[in-house]
Amino acid sequence: MAIAFRFRRIDTPAAPVVNWLYEGNALTACEGDTVAAALLASGIDYTRTTPVNNTPRAPFCMMGTCFDCLMDIDGVPNQQACQMVVTEGMVVRRMLGARDSGHE
Amino acid sequence: MQTQITIIGGGILGLSIAWGLARAGKEVVVVDEGDQAFRASRGNFGLVWVQGKGHGMHQYAKWTRQSAKLWPELARELEQTTGVQLEYSQKGGVDFCLSDVEAEERVDLLNGIRTGLDGDYPFEYLDHTQLKKLIPEVGPTVTGATWTEMDGHVNPLYLLRALYADFLASGGKVINNQTVSHIEKQQSGFAVSAGVTIESEKVVLCAGLGNKALGPLVGLNVPVMPNRGHIMVCERVAPFMAYPSVQIRQVGEGVIQIGDSKEDVGLNDDTSTNVLAGIARRAIRIYPLLAHLRTVRSWAALRVMSPDGFPIYQQSSSQPGAFVVTCHSGITLAAAHALLLSKWIASDSQPDYLESFSGDRFSI
Repeated sequence: MAIAFRFRRIDTPAAPVVNWLYEGNALTACEGDTVAAALLASGIDYTRTTPVNNTPRAPFCMMGTCFDCLMDIDGVPNQQACQMVVTEGMVVRRMLGARDSGHE
Repeated sequence: MQTQITIIGGGILGLSIAWGLARAGKEVVVVDEGDQAFRASRGNFGLVWVQGKGHGMHQYAKWTRQSAKLWPELARELEQTTGVQLEYSQKGGVDFCLSDVEAEERVDLLNGIRTGLDGDYPFEYLDHTQLKKLIPEVGPTVTGATWTEMDGHVNPLYLLRALYADFLASGGKVINNQTVSHIEKQQSGFAVSAGVTIESEKVVLCAGLGNKALGPLVGLNVPVMPNRGHIMVCERVAPFMAYPSVQIRQVGEGVIQIGDSKEDVGLNDDTSTNVLAGIARRAIRIYPLLAHLRTVRSWAALRVMSPDGFPIYQQSSSQPGAFVVTCHSGITLAAAHALLLSKWIASDSQPDYLESFSGDRFSI
């Protein structure tokens, strides 16, 4: 089953909407969402591929421990998507394999 | 429980010997203390390293070289039989010098070792310009480095896993989570109390820092002391580091591992932020691009050091059949321990080259 159907928002008073970009696509999130939460709520399938075996991964622990939600956020690689709150205009990409060793 | 040989210590050193013995058809039981032990095999840096070792004892320099030469054979055997990839590579290594004084001292040290080995010790000193050709990422304030083709590195955790797998497949037995409380000399052989009693013809102490307390039980003086080292690990990056160094290496799966601190702080393996900061500063001087990488974890572990830093290999003269094998460089020496030293334990004759490693050198 696609991740899209596994998560739904609980009924809460409407929060202000934040606009951001995921893989070049415009998405909306609720103010206060972490990047990982916003992506799960939007129904993404995977957020990175592993550097060693190149297999897909999605956010797992949601508390900063497992490092399975690493993403490229505003041009900075290997960011923990569950530890960063979505901001207006944020540009987020999947983290594909190992990051480059070069300067940011 | 009865067996031919009991090995006390389930780290890389104990398993190297146990593996060699089991493959030679011996019945072997390994007693592993568990995670309350200091676990140098889990916390070490993972170098297969020759340069700089053995100043003041050419037999050790020679032994280290011999083990490094046997490493390809050990790696091939283990990888073929177990399918575990060890992330082993031995294409050479560097030791960076951050000042002229450091460079001079290093070259003197290596020249001293070379003389002890009658010139059979290939290394060269690279000044900054030469080093930059070998390692383009090196920082502008690095004075130079010594380079030798003899060095390499391996993932020590995969090494341990492979040794265990093939030891067990060869019929070896492991007793986990048991501290050895007593060793008793019997009419023939020994009785080792470790939850159960293990009776064997021979017993080999491979318990790292634990050997200090175990030695006297079988008439051996093993004055080993802890020396703390810190390791810091950066996030995985695409492979760029061509050669390992004493200070920094990039492991097979891409993380950058940093650390060359040495401290005498007793049996304390806590981490210190100041020490980690010092390691990080030095690492960034060597490879400035590391400043852009995130640190993901750090730990400290205890080296097992004899008073002169060299190994202790000895059979007890008062209780023959009891041996001690202890050293700082269990990874580098794994090949020599597995393929050569295990034969000494199996037989009853001591090869001449082992004489200088006796712990009697510390007796006054």
